[in-house]
Amino acid sequence: MAKITLSNLRHSYYPNPQGPDDYALKEIDLDWEDGGAYALLGPSGCGKSTLLNIISGLLIPSEGRILFDDRDVTKLEPTQRNIAQVFQFPVIYDTMSVFDNLAFPLRNRGAAEADVTRRVHEIAEMLELTDMLKTRAAGLSPDNKQKISMGRGLVRDDVNVVMFDEPLTVIDPHLKWKLRSKLKELHQKVRATMIYVTHDQTEALTFADQVVVMQDGEIVQIGTPVDLFERPAHTFVGHFIGSPGMNLLPCEINGQSASFQGQPITLEGAITKGEGRCEIGIRPEFVALSDKGLAAKVLKVSDVGRHSVVEAMVGETSIKAIVEGETPGQGADVHLAFDPARTRLYRDGWIATEAKQ
Amino acid sequence: MKTQNNRGWFFVLPVLLLVAFNALIPIMTVVNYSVQETFGNNVFFWQGLDWFQQLLNSDRFHAALGRQFLFTGLILVIEIPLGIIIALSMPRQGVWVPVCLVLMALPMLIPWNVVGAMWNIFTLPDIGLLGYLMNHTLGINYDMTQNPLAAWVTIITMDVWHWTSLVVLLSYAGLVSIPDAYYQAAKIDGASNWSVFRYIQLPKMKTVLTIAILLRFMDSFNIYTEPFVLTGGGPGNSTTLLSIDLVKIALGQFDLGPAAAMSLIYFAITLLVSWLFYTLMTKDDAK
Amino acid sequence: MKKRYIIPIVYIAFLMLPIYWLVAMSFKTTNEILAGFSLFPQTFTLANYRVIFTDPTWYWGYINSISYVTLNTVISVTVALPAAYAFSRYRFLGDKQLFFWLLTNRMAPAAVFALPFFQLYSAVGIFDTYLAVALAHTLFNVPLAVWILEGFMGGVPKELDETAYVDGYSFPRFFVTIFLPTIKAGVGVAAFFCFMFSWVELLLAKTLTAVAAKPIAATMTKTASSAGYELGLLAAAGTLTIIPGAIVIYFVRNYIAKGFALGRV
Repeated sequence: MAKITLSNLRHSYYPNPQGPDDYALKEIDLDWEDGGAYALLGPSGCGKSTLLNIISGLLIPSEGRILFDDRDVTKLEPTQRNIAQVFQFPVIYDTMSVFDNLAFPLRNRGAAEADVTRRVHEIAEMLELTDMLKTRAAGLSPDNKQKISMGRGLVRDDVNVVMFDEPLTVIDPHLKWKLRSKLKELHQKVRATMIYVTHDQTEALTFADQVVVMQDGEIVQIGTPVDLFERPAHTFVGHFIGSPGMNLLPCEINGQSASFQGQPITLEGAITKGEGRCEIGIRPEFVALSDKGLAAKVLKVSDVGRHSVVEAMVGETSIKAIVEGETPGQGADVHLAFDPARTRLYRDGWIATEAKQ
Repeated sequence: MKTQNNRGWFFVLPVLLLVAFNALIPIMTVVNYSVQETFGNNVFFWQGLDWFQQLLNSDRFHAALGRQFLFTGLILVIEIPLGIIIALSMPRQGVWVPVCLVLMALPMLIPWNVVGAMWNIFTLPDIGLLGYLMNHTLGINYDMTQNPLAAWVTIITMDVWHWTSLVVLLSYAGLVSIPDAYYQAAKIDGASNWSVFRYIQLPKMKTVLTIAILLRFMDSFNIYTEPFVLTGGGPGNSTTLLSIDLVKIALGQFDLGPAAAMSLIYFAITLLVSWLFYTLMTKDDAK
Repeated sequence: MKKRYIIPIVYIAFLMLPIYWLVAMSFKTTNEILAGFSLFPQTFTLANYRVIFTDPTWYWGYINSISYVTLNTVISVTVALPAAYAFSRYRFLGDKQLFFWLLTNRMAPAAVFALPFFQLYSAVGIFDTYLAVALAHTLFNVPLAVWILEGFMGGVPKELDETAYVDGYSFPRFFVTIFLPTIKAGVGVAAFFCFMFSWVELLLAKTLTAVAAKPIAATMTKTASSAGYELGLLAAAGTLTIIPGAIVIYFVRNYIAKGFALGRV
């Protein structure tokens, strides 16, 4: 096990990258602490799989270095890095039994047969595969196949990191939930560093202690699930995490005060210095219907179960609010009040208010 | 899931009629001849199973059958592994892939008697490229009109030249359909090149290899034109394979009864061995 | 360049050598050929080709071959299409047995069928016509075409058919305007293999023709045996038979590897 450091990492799939657009990864600096459960979250094509393949050694980065406990492994083959990876589609060795599949990584490294048997049984027990050890792997259902892939990743107890590349893509929804909690449980048992790549916020937020959000080859925020929800560092995070995403309102800035359609809006703290296009960001959870505040007209009300989402128009801008209990009818005139402590200013996408101490 | 629908018969009707006309009528003709004797003028006598008995006890048939199995056996033992090795060493992508495929497929599209003629010209002792090299540069006595061994080496080499590409193309099709993740997982699991071949590539090629072996078996077992043009079955009878012998009896000597009996036994052997191959190669899937 | 590439390079060189020798010989004069060994044509001549392009028995051979091969390809693919559709979409009484029986025809030795075909086609009066050879070749091409097309059709989800019916398409219109374009790669591959096996076969083609439909390959055999050793002419004719195949492969180069992989066993 080891701490993993990515230093000044850049990668381009072109031999001679011209501008920043040619880079799949732009300047990544990141430390993964030993034993942590990380999620790498971002939309398709944001560079998260590229980053994963660079850590596992399937790709050599164009620039920068990767360190495992301060040892430079940038140029090492995957085998020499001692890592494990679980892929999007289950990879199993068709002709082997489940036991042999799980034993494969150990036997390839010349482990003693007694140790192999012990380890395989331990892992099979954890993954509830014990009953199937003797059957051929080829005929199993996708979720069992994916469990075998995971098992092969976990069977070695000396790996530096176990990486999961959207491992639940092909799994049925009701089994997804089961496998996800299984993984969380496994992490607590084996305490190996795990990196979980996904574009699904629920998977990321339930699995990880720390979530790394990526967009366009850049890291936009690293934080606990609560951080990401409460105080997104970038409008992308605000929009990508949460359902529905954060409301963004175009605004004017005058010194330290912000106003939206002529109405002053109280922010969480002081505005940082800078130039650029500004927006006010507030999550629907922190918008309330009240007697005072912004006058708005209800456009649509959707009941999503425990609460309702009210979409109201203030001039040309739509604002969503999450309301529990009674909701106004369509076309009703309402007033929206923002929770000042959760109202932030973003300049060119990045947060531009200082947090309250 | 397919629907149970006997409308299917309506769709297969054209094929059925065509094949019935093309396969059933001729086969019935053959069966008819095989139990009769004729002395010409369309006069036939009932002969029962005599022709079959005679044939099964005839040394000439045994010898031709033996040569046929030797030929087909050698072809499979050489072409299948060679084709796999070539497919494995080909590039997986890039501009050279279509170039390789086109050049490799070329021999398969040459008419079979041209293949025979081409190899004849190629191996002529004094004016053929190979014949000249063997006899005059390397000093090996090589003349397939005289030497049975030379004749055998030549027809085998010719078939390897002609058909190994089929195995290559099929294996290659199997190889490129393996997702990258399998190779990446194997790398991470620390698998050796041999393990990658044994546990990933070979299992994934199984379907196409089954097709390759079946096609190569059928076609090499039925081969006629190329060796006939090249050696005419000689020297002596040393390269008289089953088809060559059959045509000699049927069209050369016009012994219709024995030829028909031989045809049926020949066809039956082809079917039986194909079925055996098929059953053996797919038996794991049934489990 | 990787070291393993040496294997395909050597293999392709091995494939090209006899072809080179054939082509080289086609540009040599008969005198040069018989005089002895020469790696390149010393006195480059087009005389052999001139003979072929001016002598009707030669160039009609080409026209005949191309005609029956084309006819065979059209017949084989046309009748195979509905059958392959049935095998890929429906289960019906005896479907498996029928499929296997079709495939057994692919295993039939041509030598077995040569004589019965001769008698059958003479009896129905189509001996020495394009149709005779084209029909005879359907014996092994129809099973192959059904096999390949069934593989491609199996890869098309059944929902496509159902959506079309819900949208009010009749079966023929659905088949022609929606289904065929979806599997056009498969049709191309099947047509390629039909062309290939019809083009290269000689035993049946020779047995079923006399004058009017005689294939080029048969003309060659006759020349080689009757006119003694006109090797240059033989080589030129052989070289010309390689060209149609080469053109056809070039067009399907991107599908060729996939063709058989999608067929089922």
